[in-house]
Amino acid sequence: MHPAISVIFFTVSSGAGFGLIFLICLGVQLPESGLPAFLVSLLAGGLAVIGLISSTFHLGHPERAWRAFSQWQSSWLSREGVLAVATLAAFAIYALLWTFTGNRVETLGLLVSLLAAATVFATAMIYAQLKTVPNWHVWLTPAVYLAFSFVSGLILAGMINAQGRILGIELPWLIFICVLGAWALKVAWWKRADRIGFSETGSDTGTATGLGSLGQVRLLERPHTGENYLTREMVHKIGRKHAMKLRLLALIAGCGIPMVLSAIAAFSSSGELPMALAVLSLAIGLFTERWLFFAEAKHAVSLYY
Amino acid sequence: MASHNLETSPYVSDEVRQTTCYMCACRCGINVHLRTGSDGKPKVRYIEGNRDHPINRGVLCAKGSAGIMQHYSPARLSKPLLRTGDRGSGQFKEIEWDEALNLATEWLGKVRKQDPKKLAFFTGRDQSQSLTGWWAQQYGTPNFAAHGGFCSVNMATAGIYTFGGAFWEFGPADWERTEMFMIFGVAEDHDSNPIKLGISKLKSRGVKVVAVNPVRTGYNAVADEWVGITPGTDGLFVLSIIHELLRAGKADLDYLIRYTNAPWLVIDNPGEANHGLIARNKAGKPLVINRKTGKAVAYDGKGAKPNLKGRIKVDGVEAVPVFELLARKYTSADFSPEETAEITGVPAEQTKRIAQELAAAAFEREIVIEQPWTDMKGERHEKMIGRPVSFHAMRGISAHSNGFQTCRTIHLLQILLGSIDCPGGFRFKPPYPRPVEGQPKPHAGAKPGEPLPGPHLGFPRGPQDLLLEDDGVSPKRLDKAFSWDAPLAAHGLMHMVISNAAAKDPFGIDVLFMYMANMSWNSSMNSGSVMDMLTAKDDDGEYVIPKIIYSDAYSSEMVAFADLILPDTTYLERHDAISLLDRPISEPDAACDAIRWPVLEPDRDVRGFQSVLLDLGARLELPGMTNEDGSAKYSDYADYIVHHQRKPGIGPLSGWRGKNGTETGRGEPNDDQLKKYIANGGFHMEEVPHEARYFKHANAAWQDFAVKMGFQDAPIENVFQLYLEPLRKFQLCAEGKADPQPPATHRHRVLTCFDPLPNWYAPFEGAGISTADFPHHAITQRPAAMYHSWGSQNAWLRQIHGENTMYIPAEICDAAGIEDGDWAWITSHHGKIKVPVTRMNAVNPKTLWTWNAIGKRKGAWALDDNAPETKQGFLLNHLIHELLPPKGDGLRWSNSDPITGQAAWFDLRVRVEKAEPGHETSEPQFAPQKSPVAPAPDVVDYGKEWTE
Amino acid sequence: MTSLPASTEKKLGLVIDLDICVGCHACVVNCKEWNTGGYGAPLGDIDAYGSNPSGAWLNRIHTFEITPEDAPAQIVHFPKSCLHCDDAPCVTVCPTGASYKRSEDGIVLVDEDMCIGCGLCAWACPYGAREMDPVENVMKKCTLCVDRIYNENLEEVDRVPACVRTCPAEARHFGDFADPQSDVSKMVKERRGIDLMPEMETNPINKYLPPRPKSAPTNDKRPRNVETDSSPAPGSFLDWVDRMLEKI
Repeated sequence: MHPAISVIFFTVSSGAGFGLIFLICLGVQLPESGLPAFLVSLLAGGLAVIGLISSTFHLGHPERAWRAFSQWQSSWLSREGVLAVATLAAFAIYALLWTFTGNRVETLGLLVSLLAAATVFATAMIYAQLKTVPNWHVWLTPAVYLAFSFVSGLILAGMINAQGRILGIELPWLIFICVLGAWALKVAWWKRADRIGFSETGSDTGTATGLGSLGQVRLLERPHTGENYLTREMVHKIGRKHAMKLRLLALIAGCGIPMVLSAIAAFSSSGELPMALAVLSLAIGLFTERWLFFAEAKHAVSLYY
Repeated sequence: MASHNLETSPYVSDEVRQTTCYMCACRCGINVHLRTGSDGKPKVRYIEGNRDHPINRGVLCAKGSAGIMQHYSPARLSKPLLRTGDRGSGQFKEIEWDEALNLATEWLGKVRKQDPKKLAFFTGRDQSQSLTGWWAQQYGTPNFAAHGGFCSVNMATAGIYTFGGAFWEFGPADWERTEMFMIFGVAEDHDSNPIKLGISKLKSRGVKVVAVNPVRTGYNAVADEWVGITPGTDGLFVLSIIHELLRAGKADLDYLIRYTNAPWLVIDNPGEANHGLIARNKAGKPLVINRKTGKAVAYDGKGAKPNLKGRIKVDGVEAVPVFELLARKYTSADFSPEETAEITGVPAEQTKRIAQELAAAAFEREIVIEQPWTDMKGERHEKMIGRPVSFHAMRGISAHSNGFQTCRTIHLLQILLGSIDCPGGFRFKPPYPRPVEGQPKPHAGAKPGEPLPGPHLGFPRGPQDLLLEDDGVSPKRLDKAFSWDAPLAAHGLMHMVISNAAAKDPFGIDVLFMYMANMSWNSSMNSGSVMDMLTAKDDDGEYVIPKIIYSDAYSSEMVAFADLILPDTTYLERHDAISLLDRPISEPDAACDAIRWPVLEPDRDVRGFQSVLLDLGARLELPGMTNEDGSAKYSDYADYIVHHQRKPGIGPLSGWRGKNGTETGRGEPNDDQLKKYIANGGFHMEEVPHEARYFKHANAAWQDFAVKMGFQDAPIENVFQLYLEPLRKFQLCAEGKADPQPPATHRHRVLTCFDPLPNWYAPFEGAGISTADFPHHAITQRPAAMYHSWGSQNAWLRQIHGENTMYIPAEICDAAGIEDGDWAWITSHHGKIKVPVTRMNAVNPKTLWTWNAIGKRKGAWALDDNAPETKQGFLLNHLIHELLPPKGDGLRWSNSDPITGQAAWFDLRVRVEKAEPGHETSEPQFAPQKSPVAPAPDVVDYGKEWTE
Repeated sequence: MTSLPASTEKKLGLVIDLDICVGCHACVVNCKEWNTGGYGAPLGDIDAYGSNPSGAWLNRIHTFEITPEDAPAQIVHFPKSCLHCDDAPCVTVCPTGASYKRSEDGIVLVDEDMCIGCGLCAWACPYGAREMDPVENVMKKCTLCVDRIYNENLEEVDRVPACVRTCPAEARHFGDFADPQSDVSKMVKERRGIDLMPEMETNPINKYLPPRPKSAPTNDKRPRNVETDSSPAPGSFLDWVDRMLEKI
């Protein structure tokens, strides 16, 4: 699949934003109120909103984007839109109360957290629902999206308050474990992707054309000699070697370096700086991971090209 | 549920105008839907096939459906152009029509006055040859032809000489009745939609289709059996089938006796001047052995029962029937399938089985139509009995130096099976059959200020009809047609015109005048050198070809090489006659002709070439085009179409003749004729009477119809010529037994190639080079969705074929270490090209192929300089020389069939080497020409005004 | 709403006969020609005369090469457009309701005024049947010529999809698959029509008729020799001619 920058940015940025919202609303230790609280909320909401805005650059008619809220009963994309707006609206109330009163309303927080998680899940399901892209069509896809969203939120939280704790565990250590866990999921996802091809559905050029029983089927001539929407969008080809290098980069930047930095943060009095570096490094890792998520995904249409 | 705004019955168009397509040579009927555009003027909304039209019956191909993009192409020329820069640079200034026509008149007038043969007038995709030929005849130059010489003259000539017809517009298979159909060398071709409709009919009836072609695409892909033959060996394959059939006694002897020269006696008098000629009586009638009396009698004598074998003395000389010679020749072991398999690449088993299937279809599935008819001898037949096997052949057969003989082998096969114009067989389309006896001879002449005594092109009956100077050797025509180089060159040799003019061999010219012929690019062999020839200068700094006038509607590669450009209209803006005098569109059951008319007015300062030609004719005061007071006889082409009479009562169109429009075929001109055509959908159709529909070559009712319609003035006897005596006459000259005698250099090839019985010899290029150096064959195919270069300016069609690749058999790829997507160098004895490669299995293992005419020169067709057509696209033409490899005799031997002069495109031999990776651009590349038209738009969103 | 109808009254669609499609692209171009001035936005082309021309098309022909183990390789020309699936995944993923399947005839359409051009429907389609228009940025797809088949401005005989009307090889047939007596239903039954990628569980309406078996050069099972009882004995061909001539 064509790795569109707008969509990559959207999933990474919104993922991080909703991850942070999730943590804020679960009550992770952060500034008590006032401007700092507002800024933290702005960061979380901003990442989510910027991501969402970025996603509209992918649309042919962004001015009609409002129409996407209508089909929540059947469409994951619509659900994602509805959930995102609901999450952000509820979070706005939460954030305002927090900013102005210092009160972090627990029940509301729980609701926002649930909504944020659901939003990320819906985002992932846009991809995971597609039977046409075997790499994506698996429960691991939402798991990975949720995990990376969570980890992004954690590291952002760590950057804001490295001394914070969740369930009694210091954030840096939690980050250390969760980063490892998230990437473990991703490695499992990759392992499956490498093995899957089209084997889950049994699709090949033979089934795509219905001619497999006659012999070995191969494309001799594309319908048109030039590129078209389908070839640009769905028949993206990436060299295996190139992909492996990028996976390594993703692992180092997204996993290795943040783990090292979180360990440093755990032993340092001001862990915020290493955590800020970890945010940057994670961003590089996730952008790479997300680019590969699209670029390596084979679409059933490629069986015709 | 949301309601969706859906109009299921939207407005379609303001008006439908019916005319004839010109996106290729198929000439289908089209309905042009017009609708008001955003500027308030009519614009084409949609073009569809005309359901009533005899050719396409409503269907329309990709090219026809892309007519909108052709009509509104950014590559359209818009005003007459006069060259300002060097030839080939593409630098022009726009001039007014008056100036353009005055210049042309001045150039052409001077030549006509001094030496008319210094004009060469050749037309390419011209569909008005009866006008252009007549014009050239009135002008008086011997140098006229259309593009048949590099197209399919072998097919036409072999057919006419053998049985008075040919494939393509001369006749199709009897689609409704045939029981087996074989195609040879047919990729996409002129009869585009009718063949598809026909094959579809066969498929729906479960009739077997066998395709003989090195490449298994298109029609060959859907065929039920594929014979992946090695190029240039089809004749040998067919003779092996004939070998099998004769050995099995599968020939229609009754048919052979009735309709062919199989019983005619051939003189057997070795070493003498009459050896091999037909034995004739004093009245010149061919003789046969009468089985009842054992005596030699005239073949058409009453009650004669001709024998097909035997030996008899006629005037003291031995003579043997054609059939006996033929049977002895083809039953010899030389033609056994086992013997030929190695050369043809066709397993003996397959040849034998196909022979058997043909015999079974022809003789065991006889078709009987209860339709009485009377033959030309007056014998009445109660039924029409058919041998339902049919054949079609095209460029793959004709574009070889053995193409004439190969076509003859196919016709021989048809005739032995008794399947010409019988139910289920091949069928003539009116005005055919038209045997040599009904055809003109060629004419030259070329006296200053005078017309030629007859038409340029024709069918020589023997060496006496060659167009030679008094020395008996030098050609009278620039292209050397009807000389010893190409004695039966019935369509001329357009591919030799520029080469010969540049070499001044046989003579130089002053003006080259061409129409719709992309000779500096895909329509020439050796395109790179042709560009050099067009721009070559003498020692005195003058161009070797001093003046070039060219007419085209579009900015083709050739435009840059002309001095004066006469811009033509698009096909929707012009008048044309698809005439029975020309290349008609008839169906076997009906004589048809058609028109084009301006369904839209030009929005540019352009004029239909035919109108311009008539204007020039009047300015030059050519006979037939000028009134006595010196004024123009015809105001334009439409006027000519209606009022010109070739003979009294016979004009370009056959329908609605006579003062009141009530006559058909013959009749006075009718002022309202075009209106009648337009009202009838642009065409006219006259049904052939049922009694005349089969056996037209011998059918009295057909002869009556043909005379009534004006196809001929009297019945013409048509005896199929299995043994072609004119060829034997040429051989006798080469043997030194008759005059004129060919030069010593030509004798060997006349002796070996001019066999009066269909024969096979190896194609010349392969015989003239080391096949170890050039082990492979390379050919092109025309894609169904692209017509020559024309399609590249078409925003839709160029997306389908914007670049081409060389399809190389897996075996050759493996041997050369080439993988799918690599680039390779292809080398011939003449040149080298660099091309992208696609690996392929469904192809003859010795044959590479590519799509024809996709590669473009930068600056042409209003395309971007970086268009894929210029960067990845390529032409095979650069590998093909118009001359054979030098033989050391100092002569320029044309790379053509020695009998007809047909360009031997497919004789090409090559080798393949992997190209180093990197720099993925095809070679050779040429410097950009300056485009004579405005830059093309980036975006096309046609129809926007109707969809908002 | 972008839910699929539980069932449709008719199931209109195409039968494509791979045994006879010669790959001429007539249907491809005629479709573009009809539709660029018809339903919805024009079918735009960008860089139309440039180095990378690309446009929206609703129907395209692919060329496949099939290499059997025991016969020469063969070519199959393969036209492909929207299959108007009963379980069309492209419809349910649409976030705006622009994509829908008609309950009356089963035609899958895009209401272009509602389309935001997100492209998700094209991703959901395994067949590559949807293409984003490069100029108008809305999703384009085969409408089965819904503006022809019911169009009272056209003669009744012309109320078929443009691709069907123009196909010179008559390889395309239009009809109602819900009616077991329709020509298309019968054809599919007789020729064992196939679904593309049935494993995708889209239940396509359009069916493909597979190529009929071909004769192979040397392993054809029929008898090899042409000789029959009336055939001449070897070497005596001209005597046979004598015998045959007696019968004429």
